[in-house]
Order: sequence, then structure tokens, then C-alpha cells
Amino acid sequence: MIRFESVSVRYPGSPTPALQDVNLHVPEGELCLVVGRTGSGKTTLLRAVNGLVPHFTGGTLSGRVTVAGRDTRTHPPRELADVVGVVGQDPAAGFVTDVVEDELAYGMESLGVPADVMRRRVEETLDLLGLADVRARPLTTLSAGQQQRVAIGAVMTAHPRVLVLDEPTSALDPAAAEEVLAALQRLVHDLGVTVLLAEHRLERVVQYADRVVHVPGDGRALVIGDPASVMANSPVVPPVVELGRLAGWSPLPLSVRDARRASAGLRQRLAPLPRPDRVETSTAAPVAATRRLVVRYGDTVALRGLDLTVRAGEVVALMGRNGAGKSTLLRCLVGLTSPTSGTVTVADRDPASLRAPELVRQVALVPQVPGDLLYADSVGEECAIADRQSRAEPGTSTALLARLAPDVSADMHPRDLSEGQRLALALAVVLATRPPLLLLDEPTRGLDYTAKARLTSVLRALAAEGHAVLLATHDVELVADLADRTVVLADGDVVADGPTAEVVTASPIFAPQVAKILAPQPWLTVREIAHALEVA
Amino acid sequence: MTPTGLLPRHLHPGAWWLWALGLATAASRTTNPLLLALVVAVAGYVVVARRSATPWAGAYGVFLRLGLVIVVIRVVMGAVFGITQGTTVLFTLPDIPLPGWASGVRLGGPVTAETTVAALYDGLRLAAVIICVGAANALVTPTRLLRCIPAALYEVGVAVVVAMTLAPQLIRSAGRVREARRLRGRDDRGLRALRGVAVPVLEGALEHSLELAAAMDSRGYGRRATVHPAVRRAASALTLSGLLGVCAGLYGLLDAGSPPLLGLPLLGVGLALAAAGMVSAGRMVQRTRYRPDTWSIAEWLTVAAGVTGATAAITAGALDSQALIAPVVPLAWPTFPLLPVVGILVGLLPAVVTPRPPVTQAVVAAAPRSAARAA
Repeated sequence: MIRFESVSVRYPGSPTPALQDVNLHVPEGELCLVVGRTGSGKTTLLRAVNGLVPHFTGGTLSGRVTVAGRDTRTHPPRELADVVGVVGQDPAAGFVTDVVEDELAYGMESLGVPADVMRRRVEETLDLLGLADVRARPLTTLSAGQQQRVAIGAVMTAHPRVLVLDEPTSALDPAAAEEVLAALQRLVHDLGVTVLLAEHRLERVVQYADRVVHVPGDGRALVIGDPASVMANSPVVPPVVELGRLAGWSPLPLSVRDARRASAGLRQRLAPLPRPDRVETSTAAPVAATRRLVVRYGDTVALRGLDLTVRAGEVVALMGRNGAGKSTLLRCLVGLTSPTSGTVTVADRDPASLRAPELVRQVALVPQVPGDLLYADSVGEECAIADRQSRAEPGTSTALLARLAPDVSADMHPRDLSEGQRLALALAVVLATRPPLLLLDEPTRGLDYTAKARLTSVLRALAAEGHAVLLATHDVELVADLADRTVVLADGDVVADGPTAEVVTASPIFAPQVAKILAPQPWLTVREIAHALEVA
Repeated sequence: MTPTGLLPRHLHPGAWWLWALGLATAASRTTNPLLLALVVAVAGYVVVARRSATPWAGAYGVFLRLGLVIVVIRVVMGAVFGITQGTTVLFTLPDIPLPGWASGVRLGGPVTAETTVAALYDGLRLAAVIICVGAANALVTPTRLLRCIPAALYEVGVAVVVAMTLAPQLIRSAGRVREARRLRGRDDRGLRALRGVAVPVLEGALEHSLELAAAMDSRGYGRRATVHPAVRRAASALTLSGLLGVCAGLYGLLDAGSPPLLGLPLLGVGLALAAAGMVSAGRMVQRTRYRPDTWSIAEWLTVAAGVTGATAAITAGALDSQALIAPVVPLAWPTFPLLPVVGILVGLLPAVVTPRPPVTQAVVAAAPRSAARAA
């Protein structure tokens, strides 16, 4: 169905090719997962399928890409619209119309599908993706999961034989991600669609894949094979595979279910071992607190009477579905949103009343799009501005950055950095003032496992130095690995607040893979198990 | 049994616009404040009765305020610059003598009641026309109107839709960048801050547009059938000259002072040319339309109501050239001329005969959602 024949792509001004000598054949009806580190060329590979590379992005493509027998050399993306559907990283950025139904019909209108066929397909797609109850809603009012499903539906209605998705679940909470993946499964099983999918959150998708393509990214050849064999040697693996490797299971399990069936022996070995020692509830001085915090937007209550205390040296994870009030809480703590009633105190002051230069000495927030914080033309200048502004020793930010991301050079432009590097730079510039409280909104969106591991160790080190860290995230594996305490929000209320191990194991949605595999034993991460086995 | 055309649904956007333009035409023909107030009231009543629960439905209020601003500006301008009419001096502004070459232009001096009232009537007329357009905007979401444009103009239409979604986007990202500056500890204001906000916002907007363009391209935007270039050029020429004709014709129709040939006849010729151009250009596009708006009896009645208002005003003006002009010198109370009043009142018809807009539980449910997302 999709065939790459010795394809190389080079963008103008780039010293190394983005893809080199790629040979790949994806047969019809297969769900093919593309994995690799950030910046390895996954997106280039996906966009080459319908000719966006190079027709749209520029650059030179040598070799041949054919889809359903059509060569992308002679067919621009619009001429392939009837065979390839592409959903980009940010679904909302690709919406052309403003209402769900119209968006679903848009592609078919362009292809000239007769009106009665369109009507039927829109109805079918609304049911297939569970969107019937939002059919007349404006797109901007949908949740992230619904938007992602609309984006998938909008390309599905044209009945393409190939579906290309770039990180379809990275912005979604665990439940919404499962919804989207279930919808994809149905497309593959019921309609025989060929799916090519890139994703960093392997723990969510690898068990659905028929084949995995690993893009190493440094000019080496692609590794293509069935999921178990690629995962056995891949540097990026989900926790379930890591555990399987540690325990030496063969065949390597890819899903929690398979791992659980293989895990009887391991559970026996672990049972007598001492439980992982975790940080006791902190009694340090509170850094920030909210009392009966209420925030309303018109008729909507975003936070209803929230009480929360964050103490020095604590890493607190804030979880809950999209729209539960996580971001609102973070915004209140930096004074961007004023409470409707109740109080917020950061270092015994109301953050909204502080002037910006004072505020940043008390609290730092890295927003969902860390690039928003950056505005200089080079990394070096950005660091210099941060030092000047925070009246820190010159070189403070640069030193911080070197610790967070050693491979970033001072003359690079912030826009040319990878997602992980950009996050590191944003962290470095806000940490220059050494604020006692650090807030992060969805820090792992778009990060690969390596970047995530580095972030984890940096945040842990900051906490050890006495910084309090509060992070809002959907990433259960990160929470299990990093957070001392987890707070779950729903509909503006705290529904759970306690030590991470207790909170995340209490609900299957928030449980990390290791906890699911080894339940009822309270292990959360592979690291803990490796450590325990080593000591024993 | 209710005919399906009368079940709750959105009326064809074209019908609302023709109705509103009819009322606007009537308003443009008169300076009688009573008639103008009647037009505004009729339009407002219909809007309240038939608007749907979209954010655009608030457009009427916005245009109403805009109309007020226009009236105020017109009256102030009349007092300062206007040609003095009548003799009833209200007060005297300091007179600024102008050099000889600017003779005929007045700056300051005595302000008479007659001048003020004439300016008020004139401002009211413009305001009423604009409020009629506001009514059309409140009744029809602009995107729904754009869906009705002919296939030949489709690509232009999409560009307009995209531009409309870009504006709120820009505002949102400007807000985000401003907040980010606060998070970096800067609260500088003025030109430096503006530059600091503008550059990332524009960068973001450009990136967004590129991403959208890529998405549209991969979804088949711009696919077209192959035709001979000569045919394509002929079609473009026809469409363009037709549209020019329509513009000139509309101007003639709205401006009572222009020669009669410039009105309806030119409009008709322009429409015919444009239609021919669009039909031939439309053949090049292989698009189809999802759930096109239907045109049934309710649409005909709505258009008829608007046209009646316009016709009544035009006829009354033709029968008696003073009938629609409120007396200014000497000042007198305006009267209620029967024919135009009845004609304009017919404009209320759509509030009764058209189907209600569908109740979108959707939109009701949507409102909290959007705020939650903003959170």
C-alpha cells in the first residue's frame, strides 16, 4: 500500500539529511507504528506519504514514494486526498470549518462526493467515532479528545485507504487516549484501513501495532519488524517491555495482560523483598496554599472551593481529565487568573498582587507551550536576558541549561530546538531566580523517553535542593516515577490527595503499567524493582 | 402535518440578506426619523424572534451601538463643519477664519437648530442602513453565508473563512504571549512591550497558517477539473465585469440622486453577466455541497417582505418627491406617510412566517465547555 524505495530527504540549509535511504513497505490493512527519538525524522517520514514532503515543506526528496500505486512525485497532496488521510500533531490547527458536521464533510466536498453519499458517511462516522451528540457543536468548544476524534473522522469520511497520524494521543488524558485508540482499532479491523502512526507514548499503542518501524535518526537504516522483536533491541521502550527485559521473559510481552500472565514468577521473587521506601508525607514549611479557592468563568465553575498546600521539597503531581481545572489552579498560583472567592498565597503573599519582577522570585511557571517564554534570537542571548533580569550571576542560566540539556549550543535559535531542548531552555531561564515554587503544565508533551528521563532526574534534584514542584500532567508513568504526592482533580474538586503509590494504584486509569502487572504488590516503576532485586 | 420546510431549521442565508437589504434600501430613501426608527424597530423585532443561539447573534446590539456612534459623530461634524441652514441659532462656536482658498469651508461659527436636526436625520439614515446589515449578521453566521457562494468563488470564500478564524486566534495568542512575559518577570509597557508581543504573535500566526494550508491541501482543497486556459480567462472576465456592474447598480439603487438608468437596469445586467461567468467557472470545480440550504416558501415570503418595504419607499418617493423628506427649514414635526409605513411594517412578516431556528442543545451545552477549555 505504502512503498518507500531508497528515499532520502534533505531540507535546505541542513547539513545532514532528515531521512537517508529509507526502504519501507506497508501492506494493506496493517497498523504500523513509527517510533524514534524526537528529531529523528518521524514526522518527515509521515509527511512524505502524501507528498507534503517535499511539495509543501520544500527540500529535496530522492528515491520514490508510492501510495496505492500513485507516485508522490507526480501527485501533489491534493491529488492524493482520496487515498491518504493525514492528521497532524495539533488537530485544531488543521480545522477548516467551524462546526463538527461541516468539518466531517469538508474533505468529501473537495473530492466531489455526491450529496446523498456524503450524508450517509457523515452519519456513519459520527457513530463510529462516538461524536453523534456533539454534531452541531462549534469545534472550538470540544475537548481535546473530541477534537482529535473529529480530526480523524474528518479524514475518514473521504474513505482513504491509508491513514497517517502524528502523535494522536500525546495531548490526551489516559481515558481520552483510549477512546481514540479504540476508534482506530475499529477502523483497522472493520474497514481494513492501513494506518501509519507515530507516537512517543509507546505504553499506550505498542500492543495494537502489527509492525514497528524504528527510525534511529542518525543516518542508520530503519529497523522494521514485528513489535516484539523491534522492542527487544530498541532504545525507546514502554515500561512493560523494560520489565520484560529485566525479568528475561520470552516472548517479550507488549501488553499489560500478556505481562501479567508471564509475571507469576517475578511476583513470587518480589513478594518477600522489602517494599520500596518512599518519601513520607512532608512536614516542611508550606510554600504555597489555596483556601476555599473558587474560580468561575461565566456560568462554569472551574475550581470549587479547592484547599491545597504545597510544601518545600515536595514533588506534587496534579492529574485529572482535560478541563478538570488543573491549568486554572496553576494560573491562580502565578496570579494570571484571579480567584472569584477564596485565597491563594505564595510565600505568604497574594501572587496576583505582586509585580512581575517580584513574582518570578517566588514562583515560576513553564506553560504548556514552553516556547511562549522564549523571545530572543539565540539561546545565549535568552540566558543572558534571564540572568540580567533576575540579577543572578552572569552564566547562571547557561550553567543550568548545561545540566538540563548538555547538547544545546549558545548560538542556536530557540525555534530550531527540539521539543525537549526547548523545554530545558524554558526551565533554565525561569529557574535563574531560584524560585521556591516551580509549576509545570504538561511538561512531557512531545518528549521522548530519554528527554523524559533527564527531566525526571533534574526535577528530582531540584526537589532535593528544597524547591517545591507542582506539575499538571496526563503521563501516569512520569507521575509514578517522579511524584511524592498525587492530587486528582475532577470538575474543580479534589477527589484524591495522597502519596502517589496509594492514589495511582487505586484507579486503573491512573495506574502505571508496572502497578497493573504486579498488583496487588505496590511496585510502581521498573527502577524500583531493579533496585530491589539488586539489593536482594 | 407540518410541511418539512416549516420545521425548525435555519432559513437560507440569502433570504435573510435580501430581506435586510430591502429594509436598508427603504431606510436609505428617507430622512424621516419616524420611518427610520420604524425600520430599526422592525429589524430588531425580527432578530429577537428568529436569531439562533450562536455568538454572532449578538451582532445586532453591536451594530446598534455603532449606529449611535455614527449619529453622534455626524451631529458633531454638522455643528463644526456643516453649511449653516436656517436662522434659529442655538449657540455660537468660536469661529476660525480660514484663508481665502478655503472659501466655502466653515469651521466653527453659529450652530443653528436646523443644521443640527438635518445632521441628526442624515446620521440616523446611515445608522439605520448599518443596523439593517447588523440584523442580517445576527440572523446568519457569516460562515453559513459563505457556504452559499457560487462554486466559482469558493476558494475566495475559504480564504475569508480562514481569515475570520485567524482574528480570534491572534487575540488569544497575544494574550498568551503577554502572560508569558509576566512569567519571565517583565512588566514593561509601551513600544518595547508591543514589539515583544507582536513578533511572537505574528510568528505564531504564520506557523498556524502554514499548518492549516498543509491540512487543507492534504484534504483536497484546490482540486479542479482540467479546462482550456481560454475558457478559464473568459469566465473570469465575465464574472469580474458582472460583479462591477452589480456594485455600480447597487450604488445607483441606494443613492436616490443618481440617474435611474444606473439603478435597477445596471444591476440586472451585472447580475446576468456575473451569473454567466460563475456558471462557466463553476464547471471547472468538481466540488459538491454537504446539506445545502433549501429554498422554500418561507424564503420567498421573507424576500418578498424585504422587497415590499423597499418598493413602498421607492414608489412613495417617486409619487411625491417631498413625501419621505422630513422638513428642516422651517423646522416642523415629521409626519407618518401611510404607504412607506405599511411597506416597512410588512418587513415584520418573517418573524411569524419563517421556521424557528433549531434549538441547538449543542450550543447551550457548549457554552460551559468553552470556558472549561479556557481553563
